[in-house]
Amino acid sequence: MFAVVGTVPRENFPLVSGKVLVDGSEIAIGDERVPINRGTPALLAAFERTAKTLGLESPFAYLAGDIGRGNGSALLYQLLEDDLPSRDFSGLVLHYIMPEIEGHRRMLKGVGGMKKKPFLVADAGAMYVGKMAGLASRYDLFTPDVGELAFLADEAAPHPFYTRGFILHEEDRVPCLIERAYRHQNAPRILMVKGQTDYAADSGGILGTVDSPSIPALEAIGGTGDTLTGIVSALVSSGMDLVKACLKAFQINRFAGQLANPDPSTQVDRIIEHIPEAIEKAEKTGEG
Amino acid sequence: MPLELFRKRKAPQVPESLVDRGFLVFHNTSEVIWAERLLKSNGWKIAVKGPPPEIRTGCDLVIEFPLMEELNISRLLRENGTPPIKAVPVTDPLLEPVDLYKITDYGKFLMVRAANMKICIEKESALIVNVSGGGCPDVPYLAWEMVGKTLQEAPDPALIGQTLCGYALSLAFEEGRRLCSQ
Repeated sequence: MFAVVGTVPRENFPLVSGKVLVDGSEIAIGDERVPINRGTPALLAAFERTAKTLGLESPFAYLAGDIGRGNGSALLYQLLEDDLPSRDFSGLVLHYIMPEIEGHRRMLKGVGGMKKKPFLVADAGAMYVGKMAGLASRYDLFTPDVGELAFLADEAAPHPFYTRGFILHEEDRVPCLIERAYRHQNAPRILMVKGQTDYAADSGGILGTVDSPSIPALEAIGGTGDTLTGIVSALVSSGMDLVKACLKAFQINRFAGQLANPDPSTQVDRIIEHIPEAIEKAEKTGEG
Repeated sequence: MPLELFRKRKAPQVPESLVDRGFLVFHNTSEVIWAERLLKSNGWKIAVKGPPPEIRTGCDLVIEFPLMEELNISRLLRENGTPPIKAVPVTDPLLEPVDLYKITDYGKFLMVRAANMKICIEKESALIVNVSGGGCPDVPYLAWEMVGKTLQEAPDPALIGQTLCGYALSLAFEEGRRLCSQ
């Protein structure tokens, strides 16, 4: 089973853990419900929809309320240090969380206490802190967009806010940024870069790309990167070959976007609704 | 010769425990002491240190602080009359915040990106239709507070955000306002 770790944007939301189900426009975990709009709830909804369609297990989640003050993130880091050694998750997906070195160290201590190292995915704040700590190579998968890739490629930047301009100017040259991120050991086993063209890469270079259907509006829609991370995590949890899972996830995310017929004002829950149909379409076309 | 070679400089080596920290630089020592009291009384984990050579301004003290929370801390200092001259990462005090904007014109909509944050606006109504990007926990909160409101009605992320992602969103928000007022 895979576990997802992240925060939800409600100050009074308690620290909770358990299996996640999608119920209409909300995710349900224990007695708590959270709207699926973006962030970790969107990742969880995409994971659950993919898993349900493919007959896989729903994700487990550790969630806490945090509106940016770091209090919920601190609770999550502490819980992971304490709880993970008694768990046997095959994968851990780390998402919206305050990038904080000491908390990250404690979380990795918890991972180190597990009997078998889980497959480690990081996106959003968890990806930032993994790179910041110089421990990106401990992870199996990062899912940056092109701007975040520039941050990974900039060995000096502690946060994307400080990415140097001469590297940001390289954004049209994704393969160069990927090479630079690996050269400075700021990338995991596999990088999934989402953009106009999606790239799967490792330290040896580009492993595959997906560039159709092309839906420019998706870049503007908050949560479309979160859905991609959710979809690929579900596919990897099925035991699928990692590179195949990355390319298939790119394809499914694009098809779901296409089926929603979006414009830049579309909200991500409408795209998540189309994931089952997008999976079917990807199977039929044999793409990805 | 690649431009990068001209810009290469050796960043100071800092212990791993300090890579998520920053320095607040002030005009003089009395401001540092005052800011230290204010921040400590508000529960921040900070420390007064000697500055690295790159950012010496004559004042021989700086405040080391959690860099991710720069927006929140700078706001508190500003509201109390002692804004820092600047805030810089401990890992490389010469790094500057991103000042490049990327604009995508979708016809009816305009998307502005600053660093890792994007805001999408309907041109005619100035309605914020989407906020995307980012990784700090205030991003989904800011999106929740801003999407569906006009640029005039929406809260300024500089006032309700907490982190560097919130800071980046405030830059994109300001640029969006500037572009939509033209």
